[in-house]
Amino acid sequence: MSAAAVTSPTAFAWRRALRNRSAVGAAAVIVVVALAAIFAPWIAPHAVDDTDLLRRLQPPAWMDGGEWAFPLGCDGLGRDILSRLIFGARVSISIGLLVVALAVGIGTIAGLTAGYLRGTADTLLSRLAEILLAFPYLIFAVGLMAMTGPGLHNLVLALVYREWVVSFRVVRGETLAAREIEYVEAARALGASRLHIMTREILPNILSPILVVGTVRMATVIMLEASLSFLGLGVQSPTASWGAMVADGRDFLLDAWWVSTIPGLAILALVLSINVASQGFRDAFDPRMRT
Amino acid sequence: MPIARFVERILHLIPVLAGVSVIVFLMISLTPGDPVEIMLGDQRATPEQVASMRRDMGLDRPAVERYFVFVTNAIRGDFGQSFFHRRPVSAVISERLPATIELTVAAMLIAIGLAIPLGVLAAVRRDTILDRIATVGSLFGVSLPGFWFGILLILFFAVQLQILPVAGRLGYAMEVPAVTGFALVDSLIAGRMDSFWEVLRHLALPAFTLGLPSAAILMRVTRSAMIEVLRADYITFAEAKGLSRARIIGLHALKNALIPAVSVAALETGTLLGGNMVVETVFGWPGLGRLVVESIFARNYPLVQAAVLLYAVTYVALNFAADLLYTVLNPRVRL
Repeated sequence: MSAAAVTSPTAFAWRRALRNRSAVGAAAVIVVVALAAIFAPWIAPHAVDDTDLLRRLQPPAWMDGGEWAFPLGCDGLGRDILSRLIFGARVSISIGLLVVALAVGIGTIAGLTAGYLRGTADTLLSRLAEILLAFPYLIFAVGLMAMTGPGLHNLVLALVYREWVVSFRVVRGETLAAREIEYVEAARALGASRLHIMTREILPNILSPILVVGTVRMATVIMLEASLSFLGLGVQSPTASWGAMVADGRDFLLDAWWVSTIPGLAILALVLSINVASQGFRDAFDPRMRT
Repeated sequence: MPIARFVERILHLIPVLAGVSVIVFLMISLTPGDPVEIMLGDQRATPEQVASMRRDMGLDRPAVERYFVFVTNAIRGDFGQSFFHRRPVSAVISERLPATIELTVAAMLIAIGLAIPLGVLAAVRRDTILDRIATVGSLFGVSLPGFWFGILLILFFAVQLQILPVAGRLGYAMEVPAVTGFALVDSLIAGRMDSFWEVLRHLALPAFTLGLPSAAILMRVTRSAMIEVLRADYITFAEAKGLSRARIIGLHALKNALIPAVSVAALETGTLLGGNMVVETVFGWPGLGRLVVESIFARNYPLVQAAVLLYAVTYVALNFAADLLYTVLNPRVRL
């Protein structure tokens, strides 16, 4: 038997993921942003809310009037854009991770319950999902934020309330398929409890699609956070958020293009990287994509 | 489609819409603080005046009763008074709605116009440099933050090249009498081609900004549907019969490849409704999206509530239309 034949499917998938060069490059970008977010207070050259009106709208270092102490220039209040960008990464990454983790957690529990138990639980949960899906995502989040007020806590809740439905539908579908397969029937015949079957038999076997959904949805959540912060409904100043930074720069478009352009570029780079990496991840891990 | 199935689908919408109305009603209940105090803002009022306002707004009644009043009024199109405009919410919304519809339709046309030819081309020339460019382009399309991309377009086309206007819908000098509320139609009715052209120029950037992410998604759908169709036996048969490649693609393959694209387009129109808020804010487009954002900051809750309900109902209707279209176009699928 050849060595390849005994490789585990997960190891095989990882190997395939690592061969996808653009996915690896994209993953590297995500890692850099995540590291910047974690170590923000140590690597940011200036404090996040350090204002200096003398440096108001100072251009980036490579332009006339710029200096390397403020490499990406300063905003309308004379705050260092690079430092705010580094602290803003904290908001994007932490909201992305928190919302997706909570939503996938809730969606998985609800999906397993609905898909395995069927009956009333399934009807109720599926109906609720259908009702929540009737709202365009941004409208739902805007509506909730409008009523509950801006802030990190409300923002996470507003996104989770709608986001869990996505993983719920995936997990429910996978569970419905899994419950008919022999290994589940065997566990049932051996007298395993429902909880045991759901958590020990089905869950480990549907982890791949759950992880794939999680990574794909991260991009959507980060984009939504940025959009809400841009509209002034997300994270509030002085906390730096990339979406709010783009909004702040709108007033200076004619004199200082960099104030809006640079944070927007950061959002594009992060969301694009997550999309590329998750596509590579999906191709490598989703069993249905295997040949 | 059999009528019975159609009716069944329609009936299925009722619990969904009822659930939507409950959620929109609950959103208002989540508002911290007393709605009367919020409405009064900094104005001073005696406790008697506050009590009388609470009575007028029905806030002294139980929640279930208030919900039924809300739904009954909503069905009749009565969403109460807009705090800010001091006019009925429905009147304010219907004034702003045409601008939003105009923008959404323009965005969808741009999306379809870009996505279908590119998707077909990418599928026909699969694994070539053209296919790769289209695929990478679509990844960029879905990853671009609309609010930022709009700003870049303004910087380039309006500020740098000065060939398109920065914001708004129509200059004062170009105003035409509002008949339908749709500026393009109204300028045609007024016989003002200069205004018509001006509206188009104002529409170009916001419609492109709004339509690009949908174009990216539609392109992917068209590409993969076309690739699948081109593998089908009847295409091989058509090739064997000696039909020209152009005829096979344009006539036989495209028709079937468009089925998923059409229903995705209907779904995407719903997504554009959400995007409208951001794009209208960036471009100062006087539509419903911008009104909602303004209303949030003015704490004009009845308007926000009505708009969220309207968006959701429209989204449900579009989803239904997408399902229906899919069934009509593809007889193999049953609802």
